[in-house]
Amino acid sequence: MVEHLLSLFVKATFVENMALAFFLGMCSFLAVSKKVDTAIGLGAAVTFVLGVTAPVNYLIHHYILQEGALEWLHPSLATTDLSFLTFLTFIGSIAAMVQIVEMTLDRFAPALYNALGVFLPLIAVNCAILGGSLFLVERGYGFGESTVFGIGSGAGFGLAIVALAAIRERLTYNHIPSGLKGLGITFITVGLMAMGFMAFAGIQL
Amino acid sequence: MVMQTKDLKVLTDPLFENNPIALQVLGVCSALAVTTKMETAIVMSIALTVVTAFSNMAVSLIRNKVPSSIRIITQLVIIASLVIITDQILKAFLFDISKQLSVFVGLIITNCIVMGRAEGFAMQNPPGRSFLDGIGNGLGYSVVLLSVASIRELFGSGSLFGITLLKPVTEGGWYTPNGLMVLAPGAFFIIGLGIWALRTWKPEQVEED
Repeated sequence: MVEHLLSLFVKATFVENMALAFFLGMCSFLAVSKKVDTAIGLGAAVTFVLGVTAPVNYLIHHYILQEGALEWLHPSLATTDLSFLTFLTFIGSIAAMVQIVEMTLDRFAPALYNALGVFLPLIAVNCAILGGSLFLVERGYGFGESTVFGIGSGAGFGLAIVALAAIRERLTYNHIPSGLKGLGITFITVGLMAMGFMAFAGIQL
Repeated sequence: MVMQTKDLKVLTDPLFENNPIALQVLGVCSALAVTTKMETAIVMSIALTVVTAFSNMAVSLIRNKVPSSIRIITQLVIIASLVIITDQILKAFLFDISKQLSVFVGLIITNCIVMGRAEGFAMQNPPGRSFLDGIGNGLGYSVVLLSVASIRELFGSGSLFGITLLKPVTEGGWYTPNGLMVLAPGAFFIIGLGIWALRTWKPEQVEED
């Protein structure tokens, strides 16, 4: 069991990297990767929120939305299928979780809260978070798997954004053709990073 | 009805002058993932254009009645409802493609173009013009999506819309498919080079240091 979860973690972090293999969370990935400090902040916030929302959304889907999931409430509900409400429920629960995480951090870890700053509320509309929840439904993960998958893919996103930020800090000293400055060269850099991450393909523990 | 120049500008500006992907860096997430084939790219473009147009119109209609403290959650609910409708229609009529798009239809909810236009344009403008702005930005997104998809499908598998144009070696032809095109890095390179080309054509879009 432990080996299976560990393998899933490695797969979510390196092989199926959220940003580099599935293109999720690209908007903030490109916009917030100018400085390493802010990139670390965003990476930590995404890991944290993904680690919390993935298991919560698993529970919501498994006990409320799935076909026949409401049977525990009343036997006559055994055929009810609420899965068409998945998107609306997930985005609502993600927004609520982000709010709760924000308030908890503000109360118990003000230093971390200040460091994350504006990124926390923005995470509610990060595709990586919603994508993570939708993936775990599509692939039929269990509770433990969902948690590990959430943390793993968050860590993968964090790793990728910190690496990109470090490269972009160095890039400012280089002479780049004027049309390629900024966004253009960033895309090419990310492409090269994606090629690097492809080397992890097929790794299993 | 004669279209005013200003309305026309709202519609055509996002195509090249102010492209949502190439200049505003919005909605890149799904732009890369669905472009391995023309079929999926075109369905995704239509879905996003429709959702952006109608969400812009709906947000614009209620813009004076919603308190600003809850506007984001209101926009999210409107967008999520529209996406659910789109997803149900796709599942009913285009089941195969809906399976291939997998989670990316749902991810239109968090697509920054939809949210960005609702927040940045529809909150300040009347419904009609907001609708046009939604269509315009949807088309700007489609232009990038379709050009990336045509390059990736043609050179990655030698076909367009599933019709073989360059016969691959595996089927007794002459063309060796470029495997990099259908993989993730290929998409990044094409968009990066596309942005370079666009900015060489329109130098005013070049970013300063």
